[in-house]
Amino acid sequence: MASRRPTVAARRAPRASVLSPPKQQPLATTNGAKGRTERIEVRKTYKLYIGGAFPRTESGRAYEILDARGRFVANASRGTRKDIRDAVRAARGVQAEWASKTAYNRSQILYRIAELMEGRRDQFVSEVSAAEGTGRARSARLVDAAIDRWVWYAGWADKFPQMVGTVNPVAGSYFNFSVPEPTGVVGIIAPEASSLLGLVSRLAPVVVSGNAAVVIASESRPLPAVTLSEVLATSDVPGGVVNLITGLRRELIGHLAAHMDVNALDAFGAEPGESRALEEVSVENVKRFVRPPRSGLDRYDWLSERAQSPYLIGDFVEIKTVWHPIGA
Amino acid sequence: MTLTRKPETRPATASWGLAAGGAPWEYAPAPEATDHIRIEPEYGLFIGNRFAPSKPRKTFTVINPATEEPLAKVAHASRADVNRAVTAAREAHRSSWSKLSGRERAKYLYRIARILQERSREFAVVETLNSGKPIKESRDVDVPLAAAHFFYYAGWADKLDYAFPNREPRSLGVAAQIIPWNFPLLMLAWKIAPALAAGNTVVLKPASTTPLTAYLFADVVLQADLPPGVVNIITGPGEIGMELVRHPDVRKVAFTGSTAVGKMIARAVAGTDKKLTLELGGKAANIVFDDAPLDQAIEGIINGIYFNQGEVCCAGSRLFVQESVHEALIDKLKARLGTLRVGDPLDKNTDVGAINSAGQLAKVQELVQSGIDEGAEIFQPDCELPERGFFFRPTLFTGVSQSHRIAQEEIFGPVLSVLTFRTPEEAIEKANNTPYGLSAGVWTEKGSRIFKMIAGMKAGVVWANTFNRFDPTSPFGGYKESGYGREGGIHGLAAYLDVSGDGAHTR
Repeated sequence: MASRRPTVAARRAPRASVLSPPKQQPLATTNGAKGRTERIEVRKTYKLYIGGAFPRTESGRAYEILDARGRFVANASRGTRKDIRDAVRAARGVQAEWASKTAYNRSQILYRIAELMEGRRDQFVSEVSAAEGTGRARSARLVDAAIDRWVWYAGWADKFPQMVGTVNPVAGSYFNFSVPEPTGVVGIIAPEASSLLGLVSRLAPVVVSGNAAVVIASESRPLPAVTLSEVLATSDVPGGVVNLITGLRRELIGHLAAHMDVNALDAFGAEPGESRALEEVSVENVKRFVRPPRSGLDRYDWLSERAQSPYLIGDFVEIKTVWHPIGA
Repeated sequence: MTLTRKPETRPATASWGLAAGGAPWEYAPAPEATDHIRIEPEYGLFIGNRFAPSKPRKTFTVINPATEEPLAKVAHASRADVNRAVTAAREAHRSSWSKLSGRERAKYLYRIARILQERSREFAVVETLNSGKPIKESRDVDVPLAAAHFFYYAGWADKLDYAFPNREPRSLGVAAQIIPWNFPLLMLAWKIAPALAAGNTVVLKPASTTPLTAYLFADVVLQADLPPGVVNIITGPGEIGMELVRHPDVRKVAFTGSTAVGKMIARAVAGTDKKLTLELGGKAANIVFDDAPLDQAIEGIINGIYFNQGEVCCAGSRLFVQESVHEALIDKLKARLGTLRVGDPLDKNTDVGAINSAGQLAKVQELVQSGIDEGAEIFQPDCELPERGFFFRPTLFTGVSQSHRIAQEEIFGPVLSVLTFRTPEEAIEKANNTPYGLSAGVWTEKGSRIFKMIAGMKAGVVWANTFNRFDPTSPFGGYKESGYGREGGIHGLAAYLDVSGDGAHTR
């Protein structure tokens, strides 16, 4: 991890406060000590999110997260293959239950995510600013778009099946129809740069149809994702529907792509150079695979209407067709 | 069709033409005429609307699996031939096909559908000669469905914008299509019809044992006056298929065949922009509840596994019977098995024809032997098999456990493994206990139970109180290791179009 350590200059910078600068406040004198003292900020521990709980990584390791200016912000969990396995198990365990909820119910739960994000809006804006180096106004736009994206996909839960489901007029005395079903457990390699909006844009279309997801967060900017997991934990999303692993991508993505109980991999957020190897190992259990754009994501506009689409929901569903004879 | 009943063996009451311990009805031979068809002694590759030998000139012999006699020699494509075919297809896409309006493309496809209907018997006979499947199946299922497929997708050619709202769907370019030997013409239609309707051009490689109806189809392409290079057909072994898949000018790969080969193809397209759809193997569960109409279910079970000698990816090869009706059902099944007519595929009364190749027959024999060795109980009717040709008796295994190879591996032959269950939950659990997920069947009179089973089974097609039905409007394709993408219906179009809007999603 030596290569990731901040520069000496950065280390001398104030250690706390990037996210929420402490306010100078008068405190009561204690033990006879005189004068005013600074309130020491209560910092958050950023952990993994697996099966609805917030464990530290089983590795016991962490890596340093720096802000866009190179200052230390926090230690994030350095997740491992074992954490991925635990996450996949949790996802598999709850996926059928999630899929069996009514579409109306799933719709309300996704909407609930938006409600709770709205309540934490300032926190997200601060974290996105720190992570992405964007000004407050720009960060606010990104956070608002992420919140609105949940609302947009919430509305699709009970409409998407009507868009892609069909009644098929077969040439015979049969009733025949096709319906979308969730693919199952979907791995997501979150975009590296767009720490919150990029993640939400890829996650929402996966879970809205009833899939469970295992997400590998942005390596350099994972903190907004961890905060999102805290929102998910309190939004009536059943534990395990979304699992979030932070860590070094090169230690994680190959294991997620190769996992035999993952049905699909969204590699849209992967680097183009990583894609071939991921696609090759994903073949072992015939995973559905979404490739990254050939030119990478550097100029991808996450705020555009194109970044949200019912066709993205379609990338992670199976079409099931049913035949039944018509007769007395 | 002649039906001769022998009065002394004619049963009075038994439902399957069987008196207790009696012999089945005798049938006089009823062979389909072959004098109206013409098979060339040698077929060249079909590239740019011309038949030409491979370069260097090399051929292999195609046989009739029911007689083991040669039918024709066909060209063995080289790597250079693959390149010629893809180049012809690319040029046709650039210069003619992609510039044609959807309305005009549609007319070409309608023409193809009509010509297939006009020449239907010819196609059926050649299909049966080359594949070993019974003439009644090629005549009543394969050929009509192939024509229907072209007719259905013809109508989509000028309506693509309605299929993908807000997306301005665009054709991809050259589609490489590799198809299996079990439904040679029908799989050709499943591949070529949607590809052309969407505005792509194709290079199709039929299976090396069954190329004849594909080359006959090339003649249909000529009769329909398709622009040169829109449809190209090349023949050769699997390596030639891989050359085709790897060709840099191919923009779309569609494969139907084994899961093992499908994985090789998926690895070969990894890291490219090629779109890929895979229709792979299966090990379908056919589940019979105790309230099912048993006689009807028997017909569905028979059709599910012995249709096309069981050489069907969606064959109902695992039969799950609710314990309380197991005995009754097995008795009926054995009796029905005894009435299946195995033999000359050209005979109109034949139910089970020839296995497609010596290699496939050996594979079936090997797996059946494993079933015996692992302790399952085998039943085969006492029917006579022709002396020549690749024939195998319809086979039934009882006492099969989940771990037996015959319950796990795709046999692709007329072999049924019977297992039992007690509750719907157990049936779902067992049905899903396979890496495959192509199809499934359920037999029960209770409507709510049908829907519970449908929802629980991880399979792309579920037949309830029926089995092995196909239609061009009905999407077909698998879950899990049975592949991805759908063929048929509006869903089958997506595989042949760029609907990303911005080109971001290439697979």
